[in-house]
Amino acid sequence: MSDEMQLLEERVNREYEFGFTTDIETDTIPKGLNEDVVRLISKKKNEPEWLLEWRLKAFRHWQTLKMPKWAHLKYPEIDFQDIIYYAAPKTNKVKPDSLDEVDPELLKTFEKLGISLKEQKRLTGVAVDVVMDSVSVATTFQSQLAEKGIIFCSMSEAIQKHPDLVRKYLGTVVPMTDNFFAALNSAVFSDGSFCYIPKGVRCPMELSTYFRINQENSGQFERTLIVAEDGAYVSYLEGCTAPRRDENQLHAAIVEILAGDEAEVKYSTVQNWYPGDENGVGGVYNFVTKRGLCRGHHSKISWTQVETGSAITWKYPSVILKGDYSIGEFYSVALTTGAQQADTGTKMQHIGKNTRSRIVSKGISAGKSQNSYRGLVHVAKGAENTRNFSQCDSLLLGDKCGAHTFPYIESRNNTAIVEHEATTSKIGEDQLFYCEQRGLDAEKAVALIVTGFAKEVMNNLPMEFAVEAQKLLAVSLEGSVG
Amino acid sequence: MNTIKTEYLEERFNELLSAQPESKLKSWQKEGFQTFTKVGLPTLKNEEWKYTGISRLFTRDFSIPSKGTESISREIVEKAAMPGASAMNHLVFLNGKLNLELSAFKKSDDFEICTLEEAYNGKYRDDVEAYFNKSSLVTKDGIHALNTSFMNDSVFIKVNKGHEVSMPVYFNHIFDATHNHLLASPRSLVIVEEAAKVEIIESYYTHGSMDSFSNEVVEIIAKENCQIEAYKIQNDTPNGNHVGTTHIRQIGKCLVNTVTISLNGGMIRNNTDIIMEKDANEAHMYGLYFLKGHTHVDNHTLVDNTKPLCFSNELYKGIIDDYATGVFSGKIIVRPDAQKINAYQSNKNILLSPTGTINTKPQLEIYADDVKCSHGCTVGRLDEEALYYLRARGINKDLAKSMLLKAFADDIVMHIKIEAVKEYVESLIAERLQLHD
Repeated sequence: MSDEMQLLEERVNREYEFGFTTDIETDTIPKGLNEDVVRLISKKKNEPEWLLEWRLKAFRHWQTLKMPKWAHLKYPEIDFQDIIYYAAPKTNKVKPDSLDEVDPELLKTFEKLGISLKEQKRLTGVAVDVVMDSVSVATTFQSQLAEKGIIFCSMSEAIQKHPDLVRKYLGTVVPMTDNFFAALNSAVFSDGSFCYIPKGVRCPMELSTYFRINQENSGQFERTLIVAEDGAYVSYLEGCTAPRRDENQLHAAIVEILAGDEAEVKYSTVQNWYPGDENGVGGVYNFVTKRGLCRGHHSKISWTQVETGSAITWKYPSVILKGDYSIGEFYSVALTTGAQQADTGTKMQHIGKNTRSRIVSKGISAGKSQNSYRGLVHVAKGAENTRNFSQCDSLLLGDKCGAHTFPYIESRNNTAIVEHEATTSKIGEDQLFYCEQRGLDAEKAVALIVTGFAKEVMNNLPMEFAVEAQKLLAVSLEGSVG
Repeated sequence: MNTIKTEYLEERFNELLSAQPESKLKSWQKEGFQTFTKVGLPTLKNEEWKYTGISRLFTRDFSIPSKGTESISREIVEKAAMPGASAMNHLVFLNGKLNLELSAFKKSDDFEICTLEEAYNGKYRDDVEAYFNKSSLVTKDGIHALNTSFMNDSVFIKVNKGHEVSMPVYFNHIFDATHNHLLASPRSLVIVEEAAKVEIIESYYTHGSMDSFSNEVVEIIAKENCQIEAYKIQNDTPNGNHVGTTHIRQIGKCLVNTVTISLNGGMIRNNTDIIMEKDANEAHMYGLYFLKGHTHVDNHTLVDNTKPLCFSNELYKGIIDDYATGVFSGKIIVRPDAQKINAYQSNKNILLSPTGTINTKPQLEIYADDVKCSHGCTVGRLDEEALYYLRARGINKDLAKSMLLKAFADDIVMHIKIEAVKEYVESLIAERLQLHD
């Protein structure tokens, strides 16, 4: 056991490899939040009047709300006046037209993160929208996409160029009054990605957004809106990192997805915000509202997430299955180590007839971390022949960590079939023995077993991500033999 | 809309309390009422009461029985009692208070029974001090506190060391709601000493057409090597509402089995808590809720593994018809360092009608790594293939359905170890399914 403990120790002490900061001039506004700040953000972004009104309405509503306490998380009271709500890397233009105009320091940063902004350098066709702190700094492959009628740009650009589309869909899936963090985001959101796939178009490449927090004391509040019209298909990837800092940073994002008749949206996330050190100092507070609406018949929304970062994760990517025969999927691997805390899961709201949903959640906890699955499957009265299957397995590595499961199942329809199963255990001695007997050392054996444990989810990641996620999981698991 | 009233409760409380002499019991009651005033009735915002709007019962004025003045005819007692009661230690609780006159039990050295006050003033002071009202540390809501406030004339039972109580101890709860809406607060403390064995059965019967609300707390202390069977059979009228907390502390290595059968009633909430405070404890919990009409049954279970090597198995099954609602919320907690725990939980539901509702929430909270815990839960309809199989063999649809439902329910009923009780439950289910023979 001592060997194993030592390995575990090593893992816990492993440095966060994306923890560097970029020294770049930033345009920030003073700390604090009030109506003037909301107005200022809106002004900086040169927004139309209706959006400012919308933000103010959200802000006023937010003021009436209290921070939710129900999650299985422990954290100090967040001082919302001690956060910078807008920070943007200084560039000559609001949005550079070509990469030559982008600050080389910025390019270097993303180069270092493995995100190439230079299109010709990329072997695989992935269009990326890169968001640093509060603004989008670059979006690639825009022109190729435009040929097909696909709009892929930053939210600020969309507000300027496609105000009607934004106005039509913004806040329709996650209303500003949805919850505390949604209201906060609606009031102060700074940027994010906007993606519109017209009728019948199959997006030829993966679309991707990369989020990076750089500025100290700032919070990131981005907003992503994906609209897939009838018969459209898109696969969307999201990645994120943040520098190593001793204070906690707040990330409160919103992702909204709309899928029309026979449309399909696949949303994949590899979340790797700075998790804080082993004593729980620093790290990103990740409070995210993600929701998809299957509004057309035979539509499909699928969430795949690999959660390895953040000091605190509070995130429930959900699907509202409104259209008949629509499908919702949720695949998640949540790995917590050190002093990380995660309370994550999904909501499947079955409203249409013959809707199906599938939930596969794999939680892995190590160190002193706490990992919770919280999910809701709701079958409304008219949701005939609903089918749901949920599986949440937890793996415990180490005797100081916790794994918790809080599934909620509400059925109002007698033709629905809902199943849920969950297990919690550590890696079986017999499994380890089997591997070791065949010549694998303990660490490799654990890695193999964990990879197998998470495989069902990993298989659902797009190729581009799967490699990264596998690597991330393997590195994160180094030495977690228990 | 009717408003929720609780102010009169304070009046009644003060009235009742002023009639009592100062005692330790009274201070507990005061404490209880203070908590109640502080936390109030649980609302739907309270996570533990998310699916059961208990406060709406308090739109009516309840009468609260004062110290043991009521009486009821023997015919009603007979009617309320389950078959086979004559072969049991039959304790009649009228409006929440033990009525010795109507009760029929054999005095023996197997067990002692008296009021809590007598126990405290007599030779069991230490027991009462050590074990009474510890459930309030786990269940901190206003409903529990309300029971403590109005618990005068609560019962103390002690099963003596090494004794096996040959006849089951039967709590026959009768609520007389002929003239007024009734709020009854039965309370008991049962101490099962080392190597003792006891079976406890409870049933509930509301007499009269007004509403009754029985808010019960049973605390059971299980010591080393004892064996306990605790059954609740709920077949009350639609105007009989009930919140019952059965709080079992396994303070020695022992075996506890519980079976909760809910067939009829108004709004019912059963809290079954098992706190495992010694290594290698074992507990089995079973429950069946087979509901029709507007009955609402909420089963909350808790298995708190505080020590290593414990084993628990839980199976709750529900059949929901008409406008009924079935709720299951199970929680397994494995405390830090409580290693080598095996804990299983399963909840299966069949929704028969398009107007019924099932809400289920099986939870695991695990803080130790060397454990095997699992839970499973299903909500569905009768298996079409099984129905087809039976119908292809010439069995009509209704009968086929009944046969399948009976088999579904039998999984729970078979765990009732007292033959008379089992037969009684089987007959009630057969009647519901219109199965004859």
